[in-house]
Amino acid sequence: MTEMIGAKAFVRSLERAGVETIFGISGGAVIPICDELLDSDMRFILARHEQGAAHMADGYARVLNKVGACLATSGPGASNLVTGLATAQIDSSPVAAFTGQVNRDVIGSDGFQECDIIGVSASVTKYNVQVRAPEEIPHAVKTAFHIANTGRKGAVLVDIPKDCTTLRGDIEFPEKVEFRGYRLNPEPDPHELDWAAKILAEAERPLIMAGGGVIASGASHELVELSELLLAPTATSLMGKGAFPNDHPLSLGLCGMHGTMEANMMVPKSDVLLVVGARFSDRTTGKIADFAPNTKIIHVDIDRSEIDKNVEAMTKVVGDAKLALQGLTERVKRLRTWEPITEWRDRITEFKCVYDAENEKNGPYLRAPAVLKALRDELPRDAIAATEVGQNQMWAALHFDAYLPRTFHTSGGLGTMGWGFPAAIGAKAAKPGVPVVDIAGDGSFGMTENNLATAVEEELPVIVVVLNNNVLGMVAQWQRLFYDKRYSAVKLKGNPDFVKLAEAYGAEGVRVETMKDFRAAVRRGIKADVPTVIDVPIDPEENVMPMVPPGMGLNDTLMEAD
Amino acid sequence: MPQNTVSFLVENQPGVLFKVSNLFRRRGFNIDSITVGALENSGYSRMTITVDADAKTLHNLIEQLDKMLEVIKVKRLDPLRTVRREMLLVKLETIDPMAREDALRYINNQHGLILDIDDENIIAEITGEPEELDQFLGYVRGIGIVEMSRTGVTAIEKGRLMLGE
Ligand SMILES: Cc1ncc(C[n+]2csc(CCOP(=O)(O)OP(=O)(O)O)c2C)c(N)n1
Repeated sequence: MTEMIGAKAFVRSLERAGVETIFGISGGAVIPICDELLDSDMRFILARHEQGAAHMADGYARVLNKVGACLATSGPGASNLVTGLATAQIDSSPVAAFTGQVNRDVIGSDGFQECDIIGVSASVTKYNVQVRAPEEIPHAVKTAFHIANTGRKGAVLVDIPKDCTTLRGDIEFPEKVEFRGYRLNPEPDPHELDWAAKILAEAERPLIMAGGGVIASGASHELVELSELLLAPTATSLMGKGAFPNDHPLSLGLCGMHGTMEANMMVPKSDVLLVVGARFSDRTTGKIADFAPNTKIIHVDIDRSEIDKNVEAMTKVVGDAKLALQGLTERVKRLRTWEPITEWRDRITEFKCVYDAENEKNGPYLRAPAVLKALRDELPRDAIAATEVGQNQMWAALHFDAYLPRTFHTSGGLGTMGWGFPAAIGAKAAKPGVPVVDIAGDGSFGMTENNLATAVEEELPVIVVVLNNNVLGMVAQWQRLFYDKRYSAVKLKGNPDFVKLAEAYGAEGVRVETMKDFRAAVRRGIKADVPTVIDVPIDPEENVMPMVPPGMGLNDTLMEAD
Repeated sequence: MPQNTVSFLVENQPGVLFKVSNLFRRRGFNIDSITVGALENSGYSRMTITVDADAKTLHNLIEQLDKMLEVIKVKRLDPLRTVRREMLLVKLETIDPMAREDALRYINNQHGLILDIDDENIIAEITGEPEELDQFLGYVRGIGIVEMSRTGVTAIEKGRLMLGE
């Protein structure tokens, strides 16, 4: 036991948890903590808005598979984190937020900069707790990291009253924390595996759908192995992109509302569908009744509460995706005595559509699919991409191939505009040696573009590709297709000149109108010491296709808008 | 939809009741009653809820509760092997001697207690299955109920069945 002030105990606890980088903004209630940070080797990255800090921690976490930490002051600092926590939580990303709070004797009195962040964040965190004494800090921090980073990962928050950081206490750092109600069940039940393997081994038209859980458990290798053994075409959810290489012959790409034709056509025709680490969000399934009505579904997930939540499975395997896939592969090998059927696999080519992505231009504009293919071409295979939300995100999912897990990142669950740029900054802080791009829309970039200041001062040279249609494109697409072209609340007439904006922050800005210039700009951006914003004007009328109209099933996927 | 009784053990800590009720609200579970009480020396509280739910909703509710870090154990109690009890306090107002006599008889039939009585009012305590309380209230409604309070259902399984570890 050592006597020290709470703030020191807090910083020591972070160090013990292995934190090397923390993102945040200072403020009255966390001054004692910021003061202690000066004496630590930890890197503090000053965001320009707490939402950005939380997204940076999230991007950092997703790239490194390590808890991302962020810090905010009480009141507005804490409440500004909420979108960041909600985004991380729904995508099962391990993010730990630490918030200052007013002094203990002021709590509950609506004191200056008091916000009931425990109440506010309860629905968007896996766990949250308020510290009530300096001595509780190490235990609370340790618990938070443990919970964020185990089982189905997620967001956590620890709220620390200011006086708990300034007062001295007899501090002890626990080696272990225990939570009686927190049961981890990574080991799949052998009987569940037997039963699932039997169904898989007998499948004539097997298909695999992989979600973010495969990436979370580091099971990409096992996924490829099983898929090749079964000759099973393999689709991913948006969160699963990167779990299965897009250039693998069995890859179907994305399934869902903006899924590929081959994925959306083949999922309902499969006789056995193995879903691993995905939660059947409505954006992935389309109309539930038509999703896979005659298919035997095997659902593998570490979170028992996901089984039968949205889609009823025929059988389940509760446990870690990697262990489950290993167990299934081993059993299928044993059970299977005949050669897999190649006709089913060969249908991938039958459904595959040519997206005329090679068509580079649409009048004076570059076309987004072609831009993204060129971007992919210029980047090394291990480059990291983050996306914003809207058409840019769906074009990226469809046309920007991912080959490796943890190289493609997106706010899949919450769909948070403004996530991609700060997440890319966090990613770059995590892996400075790898090019990092944010595939952005102009609307989304506008939401968090102020973090350019952070990227410049911290020397985190990310590349932002703004697919600039001067409109909230995805909303406009819905209005074009389903609201008789009545455009409401979507035109971004006041967009800044993104080149000048970048320059104002001390970053590089460039506008490109030809593919040659675009490629050159990307190449320069990869080598640059400062962030690069590439403004790519695109056609505001261009739609993301294919599309399943809202309320319809995967079978109703449209290739053309009209 | 069938009435289900679900019991669960939770950490006896500040904020747990909030988190439990927040879960019900967020996931849209409609709870009919909830009772809570600390258990001796264990650091746990036991909560019991009754809920009208189809099988799928009930399954989701139990899984979501089970996932909560503060929930140690959760179980749907077997309706055929469970004793369920609820307490009712009811104040009846009448000066009519006949009505008073009826009231005392109903209370007696339900093994109720008379907690307070004067020339106008009777306060009775009735304990029983919630359906019995409903039935009792049906009898005395005509006499004149001025105030009442129900505790919600608490329950425990028979024989060897139990919630704890
Ligand atoms: C924070 C937030 N607000 C609103 C929305 C609703 N929304 C979804 S896509 C979209 C348009 C996105 O526009 P932009 O970033 O320019 O991308 P584009 O669709 O044009 O590629 C909007 C407003 C959202 N997803 N997130």
